[in-house]
Amino acid sequence: MLINPVKRAYLALESWFNISFGTEWNPLYHLGTLSFFLFWVILVSGIYLFIPFHGSLDGAHASVEYMTHDQWYAAGIMRSLHRYASDAVVITVLLHMFKEFASGRYRGFRWFSWVTGIPNLWMVVTIGITGYWLVWDEMAQYLAIGSAQLMDAVPMLSGAMTRNFVSGGMTDRFFILIEFLHLLGQPMLLLFMLWLHVKRLSNVNINPPRGLAIGTFVALLALSLLNPALSHAPANLSMVPKEIHIDWFYLNVYPLLEYWPAQQVWVLTIGVTVLLMMMPWLLPRKDGAKAVVDLEHCNGCGICFDDCPFDAITVQARTDGARYEHEVVVNAALCGACGICAGSCPASNPFRSSRAELKTGIDMPQLSVDKMRHQTRETIATMSGDLKIIVYGCEHGLNVKRLDSDDVQGIRLICSGMLPPTLVEYALKQGADGVMVTGCRHNDCYFRFGNRWTRLRFEGERKPILRARAERERIRIHGAAEPDKREIEQDLEEFRQHLRKLNETVEQAPQATD
Amino acid sequence: MADLNQKAQKVKFWQYLLQAINYSVFMGLIWYFASAPSVRLIEDDEAMITIAFAHAGQLREPCRMLSQEELNKLPPNMRKLDDCPRERSPVTVEASLDGELIYNESLPPPGLFGDGGVDVFYSAKISAGEHKLSLKMNDSVQIEGFNHGFEQQVRVDPAQILLVSFQKKQGFVITGGKQ
Repeated sequence: MLINPVKRAYLALESWFNISFGTEWNPLYHLGTLSFFLFWVILVSGIYLFIPFHGSLDGAHASVEYMTHDQWYAAGIMRSLHRYASDAVVITVLLHMFKEFASGRYRGFRWFSWVTGIPNLWMVVTIGITGYWLVWDEMAQYLAIGSAQLMDAVPMLSGAMTRNFVSGGMTDRFFILIEFLHLLGQPMLLLFMLWLHVKRLSNVNINPPRGLAIGTFVALLALSLLNPALSHAPANLSMVPKEIHIDWFYLNVYPLLEYWPAQQVWVLTIGVTVLLMMMPWLLPRKDGAKAVVDLEHCNGCGICFDDCPFDAITVQARTDGARYEHEVVVNAALCGACGICAGSCPASNPFRSSRAELKTGIDMPQLSVDKMRHQTRETIATMSGDLKIIVYGCEHGLNVKRLDSDDVQGIRLICSGMLPPTLVEYALKQGADGVMVTGCRHNDCYFRFGNRWTRLRFEGERKPILRARAERERIRIHGAAEPDKREIEQDLEEFRQHLRKLNETVEQAPQATD
Repeated sequence: MADLNQKAQKVKFWQYLLQAINYSVFMGLIWYFASAPSVRLIEDDEAMITIAFAHAGQLREPCRMLSQEELNKLPPNMRKLDDCPRERSPVTVEASLDGELIYNESLPPPGLFGDGGVDVFYSAKISAGEHKLSLKMNDSVQIEGFNHGFEQQVRVDPAQILLVSFQKKQGFVITGGKQ
């Protein structure tokens, strides 16, 4: 199957990290939470640095030099951590963007998270700019003049900022304004933007796995000790700094001002930003049909509300006069059409109404639970191999139809999370020797929680659970992306051997009693 | 529940080594791009001239005394004896270095009524050393040619900024460099 080259590149990187970090600590699965962790490092180190920092044009550089050299073992390390964690966050945010883009998680119902995410990168960059300004060294002078040129190019503004700075108009009052922006104004705005960014997600996690957090912190600390952050010479507005060792993560736009007028730099940056924000509509993808509630079969238990990854379900007072207290409502604009709700509904039990059409409380029009049951029954009935293995797989992981053979048949789902655990039990009852469930790679579900909820349901830790009567020896879960066919085939072969042994044991058991 | 899923596997020793390599690459990227490649702003034998000042051009038309007839037409509370139009003249600045014109710009007065002051800003690299600097400015449409002028021999050191400003009483003022 063809995968676009961007996705293939991403999956290759993901595979490499899976080898070295394992699926639990793979940083690519935790780019958002890793960014949050780096923010904590920046925040704590920043608060520490604020104590000895002198917020004036005359005192700023000297106080930073004091921290860097005289108190290198404490404030100096804090300064380096502050700086390098800030650089790291640009990388994690860019990788986060790349990952979401490569895996197509930016369009359709996800447009909101994508569009509100892009400005966050600029927010981060502007906080970095004001941070460098506060050192008031030659680099601060360089970016102060560059920023003034950029501001002067904005229509409706007075256009006097550059003139004002170079003719000695940089005052302590202005410096304190920058300090206020860096310490309070910009971080508060970023916090608000981050809240907006995750507003359409449920169960938002902002903490990376401990192992990854420790590893990242140790790496930052090592870098801080090996290459402490240093300042340039103090700012001197009567001299041009000869050479600036700029931080390319934050100040990459400024060198362009040497070649282009400020207006052109604005056109480029705004153009790229708008282009990125328009991506959901430039490369659109239509969402599947949204989940539909059937009140006749919904008792308002709210499990689907708990499981919905996109906060698309709400629980409200009953409107149909039924004896239940609540009912659920789907907000179609937020619904990701993943079907996880259908998998979570206790009414999605294939053993109910085995002859009639299976109706459930919440279902997907394009692939109903009844249709899944029908497919399962039909597929098992037509299989001719010595074993009958059903592989349920999601649309975003490995295409399970590629595994089809005499003894293996794949059934494609929208998401592995839409598979009711009782359907697995049903498949075994219908004559399947084994059932394998594949979702996206572990911790990288396209719909966030599909493979996690499936695992927890099968382990009996989340409702609806896989019932005790289901033969767990005949069930496997294997997360797999499209390039993982060989790996899953190996696992499938082991599963075959395992099932054959089980079958032999079962066949021998009655003979022994005879 | 054997083999049900791929749960978190314990990280093995060799994986820690690979992680160390990954972290090293990550930190190496930060190490390098946090300060390199550097940007060269000026060569060793170069200096900079910057012309930067704010100045309001003179009123485009002088104040005029109103005639009694005109005053009578006005409401009693608005009978001001003179009429001073707000619109100002554009400011034209010309700078030459060693006889070569380096800057020539006419800046219209900003504002809805064209009554604002202009911000003059020009900055360019020049060679360090001695130069003959000549500055001219016109700030009145009533006057042809230039009504402010300045010419001086200046010496500017490498990387130094020769700052030219204008003050109403003193005219052109040079800071930086030796005159």
